[in-house]
Amino acid sequence: MENKNKKILLKVENASFYLNNKALIKEVSLEIKQGEIVTLIGPNGSGKSTTAKIALGVYKKIEGRVRRFTERIGYVPQKISVDWTLPIRVIDFMSLTEDLKNDQINVALNLTGVEHLKNKSLSNLSGGEFQRVLIARAIAKKPELLVLDEPVQGVDFKGEIALYELIKKISEKLNCGILLISHDLHVVMSATDFVICLNGHVCCSGKPHTVVKDEKYKELFGDRASNILSLYEHDHDHSHSADGSIDQKK
Amino acid sequence: MLDDFFIRALIAGIGISLVTGPLGCFVVWRRLSFFAGTLAHSALLGVTMALFFEINIAFSVFIISAVLAILLLQLQKKTKLPNDALLGLLAHASLAVGLVVIGFLTSIRFDVMALLFGDILAVNQNDLFVIWLGGGLILIILKLIWKPLFASTVNYELSEAEGMKPDKFNAIFTILTAALIAISIKIVGLLLITGMLIIPAATARNVSNNPKQMVIFSVIFGLISVLVGLFTSLKINSASGPSIITATLLLFIISLIKFKKVSDLKK
Repeated sequence: MENKNKKILLKVENASFYLNNKALIKEVSLEIKQGEIVTLIGPNGSGKSTTAKIALGVYKKIEGRVRRFTERIGYVPQKISVDWTLPIRVIDFMSLTEDLKNDQINVALNLTGVEHLKNKSLSNLSGGEFQRVLIARAIAKKPELLVLDEPVQGVDFKGEIALYELIKKISEKLNCGILLISHDLHVVMSATDFVICLNGHVCCSGKPHTVVKDEKYKELFGDRASNILSLYEHDHDHSHSADGSIDQKK
Repeated sequence: MLDDFFIRALIAGIGISLVTGPLGCFVVWRRLSFFAGTLAHSALLGVTMALFFEINIAFSVFIISAVLAILLLQLQKKTKLPNDALLGLLAHASLAVGLVVIGFLTSIRFDVMALLFGDILAVNQNDLFVIWLGGGLILIILKLIWKPLFASTVNYELSEAEGMKPDKFNAIFTILTAALIAISIKIVGLLLITGMLIIPAATARNVSNNPKQMVIFSVIFGLISVLVGLFTSLKINSASGPSIITATLLLFIISLIKFKKVSDLKK
C-alpha cells in the first residue's frame, strides 16, 4: 500500500480546535494520499466529525495547519436536514455543487441503488434512502478526495455491506483518497489502509492489524474489539461471494 | 385611457415583482423574513437622511440598510442575544430614530403615510429608471451567484467543504436584499415590502415541487398581485401597498385550497 509516487491530497498538521475554551480536538495530524482509505474511529464526542470538518476547512479558526492539494472534494456530512419550505428533488440535489450530465447522475444513483428515487422530493426519503443519495451525490462529481462521515447510518444491513464494497471500489476506480468516519469496526478493519483512533487526541494510529493490538485501542474499545480483525476476515470471505454484486435490486 | 401616473406605477410594480419573486424565494428558504423586515424598517431612516442631505432616496436607503446589516453581524459576534431579539432591536430602534428625525424636518412637505404604505402617485420617471436599472442589476447578479448561493442555502457545511465559499455569497445576497428594499419603497411602502417578498414565495411553495418552479410561480403570483392591487388602488382609491399585499394574500388562500386537494390525492 505504501507508495511514494502517490499524490498527497490532504495534510493536517498538529491541528487543535477550541470551542468556548474547551478543546474539541488536540494536536491531530493526518495525511491522505491518492487511492488510500484513512479511517477515523473513536467513541462519541471524541472529535471525529470535528477532525473531518477541520480537514475540509469548514472550521477555520484552528491552531496548526491544514493543507488541501485538490479542489475536487466530495463530502457526505453526518447530519443534513432540508427544510420543507425548500422544494428540492433528488435530481436537483445531485448537481448542487457541480453541473452534472443526466448520465452521470443516473450512473451514480444506480451505483448506490436509488435510481428510482430520482424525481422524488428529498423531504420524502427515508433515512437510509437519504444516505444513499448523499453518497451518490458525493461520488457523482468524481472527486479526488472523498470525506464520508458515517456514510451508512440508517442503511439496512445488506445495503451497508454493499455500500462499503462500493466505497472501496470507488477509491480504486477513481484513485481518490478517502477519509472515512465509521463506528463499524468490522468494516473499518477490512476496508481501510490506515486507522486513526481518536479520543480528543490521536490515541494510536497505523495499519489495521497493528492498531488492534495496541494497548490504547483495547482500553478504548475493550478486549473484544481486538478480536474483530480475525472475526471480520472470516465474515468477509463468507459474505463476499454472496454479495459480490452491489446491485440492490437483485 | 389610463393616466400617465398610473402607467408609471404599473411599469414600476411589474419591475419590482420580477425581482421580489426570486429574491423572496431565497428569503423564505433561508428563514430571513424577519431580517428582510428589519432592513425595511430601517428604510425610514434612509429616506429622512435622503431628504436631509438632498440625495437620491433609493441610494440613501440602500446605504442605511447595508450599514444595518453590518451592524447586525457585529452584534451577533459581540453579544449573546438571540438573533430575533437583535433583529427586533435594530428594526424598531432604526424606525424610532427615523421618526424622530422626521420631526425636525417640518420645513419639508412630507407624507409619512406614503412612505409606510406606498403611493402610486409618487412614482416619477427617475424612479422608473432606478427600479428597472437596479432591478435588472439585482437579477443579473442573482443569476450569476445562483449555484453557490443555492448550495449554501441547502447546507452551509457541505457547500463550504466543497469549495463554494458560502460566506462570500451570503454577504452578496444581503446586499441584494438591501438594494431591492431601496428600489421598492415608493411603490409598496416600508411596512409592507416584506410581505411582497414572502407571500408570493409562500404561495408558490404550495404549488411547486422544485426550486426553479417555485421561483417562476412566485414571479407570476407577484405580477398578478401588482396588477390586481394597482387597479384596485385606482378604482377604490386605496393605498397601493396594502392593495397589492391584500392581492397576494388572496392568492395565498386560493393556493391553500388547491394545495389541500393535491395532498388529499396523494393519500
